[in-house]
Amino acid sequence: MLKYILKRLLLMVPLIVGITIVCFIVIHLAPGSPTDLQTDLNPRVSAEAKARLQAMYDLDKPIYEQYLLWVGRLATLDLGQSFSTDHRPVVDKIMERIPITIIINVLSMILIILVAIPIGVLSAVRQDSLFDKVTAVIVFIGFAVPTFWLALLLMILFGVDLGWLPISGVRSLNYEYLPPLAAALDLLKHLILPVFLSAFGGLAGLSRYMRSNMLEVIRQDYITTARAKGLSERVVIYKHALRNALLPVITILGLSIPGLIGGSVIFETIFAIPGMGQLFYMSVMSRDYPVVMGILFIGAVLTLIGNLVADISYAVADPRIRVA
Amino acid sequence: MAVAGGVVVLILFIVSLCAPWLSPYDPNEINLREVLASPSPAHLFGTDQLGRDVMSRMIWGAGISLKVGFVATGFSLFIGVILGALAGYYGRWVDAIIMRFVDVMLCFPAFFLILAVIAILEPSIWNIMIVIGLTGWMGITRLVRADFISLKERDFVQAARAIGTGDLRIIFRHILPNAMASILVAATLGVAGAILTESALSFLGIGVQPPTPSWGNILTAGKNNIDIAWWLSLYPGLAILITVLGYNLLGEGIRDSLDPRLR
Repeated sequence: MLKYILKRLLLMVPLIVGITIVCFIVIHLAPGSPTDLQTDLNPRVSAEAKARLQAMYDLDKPIYEQYLLWVGRLATLDLGQSFSTDHRPVVDKIMERIPITIIINVLSMILIILVAIPIGVLSAVRQDSLFDKVTAVIVFIGFAVPTFWLALLLMILFGVDLGWLPISGVRSLNYEYLPPLAAALDLLKHLILPVFLSAFGGLAGLSRYMRSNMLEVIRQDYITTARAKGLSERVVIYKHALRNALLPVITILGLSIPGLIGGSVIFETIFAIPGMGQLFYMSVMSRDYPVVMGILFIGAVLTLIGNLVADISYAVADPRIRVA
Repeated sequence: MAVAGGVVVLILFIVSLCAPWLSPYDPNEINLREVLASPSPAHLFGTDQLGRDVMSRMIWGAGISLKVGFVATGFSLFIGVILGALAGYYGRWVDAIIMRFVDVMLCFPAFFLILAVIAILEPSIWNIMIVIGLTGWMGITRLVRADFISLKERDFVQAARAIGTGDLRIIFRHILPNAMASILVAATLGVAGAILTESALSFLGIGVQPPTPSWGNILTAGKNNIDIAWWLSLYPGLAILITVLGYNLLGEGIRDSLDPRLR
């Protein structure tokens, strides 16, 4: 097991190098880079910002040296300072906003697991039943719904028309004065719509995946064996088949991480949630390049870590993986 | 169902080609006496915050969506097919390098990468087409590579090689046509994905810039007037939903008809 983890960690090294190279290339698209001759014609970039970019990325040095210096700073988590008026270190700005983003993403992942897996299993077990057909249609529509539009419709329905749920922020104005239980309830109410919506896309995908997985497992010889032994259908399906069909789900969840993190830009902007996605959006709008680059890098690293965790949990759950 | 998808796609083509004749008003005609008018016989889908006719803007927006969808997917196809063909055909270190690059690109939340590049280059319709294309080729690369790996061992490829056919000719004339089916499916689904991404970007104000109408930026007005003008939120989103559904159905239909195992 230890050997597998070590091997997996080693494989991450070229990926991290690749991530830094892609980020570096994106930075060099920015005005102020030596390759961009249009800088002087770009009125959106102030002389001060240009000077700071010059200093920050050592633009007077040869390109490979610029890269090495930049990676050296990354390694010490020095992402530079924000261009905004507060001039705070980018790392601090990002770190204070990560928790709420991670909370929402973890909650939506839990929601995806709790809802999609039973749906997928049921539609596989009762293949071609009414339930299977209805969920197939819903899932197909689910793939095509622009989630930000669904967000608007739900805001109109639950926020404006019915007035049941708040439609912006994570806390009510009187949050500070609420007793602990009411405060928790308040937070929960603010999170219902964002969590549901960020889970929405994954719900459709995972339930479909679970269905086809389950159908495949049911056709395996060991399931026939289990039936031949005279085990009840219940035990065959929920003990023998389900456990094997669940394994690849770990990988799928790992693969869904970048989508969830990327989606946080949309939901945090729509619902005014002070997380990393909203910070990213605001930084993009105000052209605060150090913050944009910092979040781009951290978003990729978070994905990498998520995939690593998924791979290791898969190896823990399925011994066959470790050998291969 | 695939036919239904095809019909939707066809109707969209016709609507965007005939926009000048179909749209009841000039999409950019501002009418301050009819600001945020609810749907009526004169304005079937109502008007926006500047009194512009929403239906006319949606008809013109159809062309924008189509254009973005096709050009962006064209970019993804171009990169994905070439890299996938090289990786699958040559294998070894060529494959190793290209596939590691794919892995790296897949680490980035696509939306983050798109936004970061847009922050640096101005948001414009051309830039978003290019950026959506540049961040969407990885799936196609994997697909084409897998096809090439299985096809290159076939007898007809061996035969072509035996008579001295060059690598490029084998790749483009012998193997690629056989991989076309799965590429076509991926492209159809890719158009749907690109339209969704464009609408989300335009909704956030970093895609198609007003006054150019796009379904996404009409929805922005919908959000800003969420408590008074539901029609601004409802109709453009419905248009996106139906369009994406149409492309997805068409893509699935093509897949089912090409892959007999799935029948």
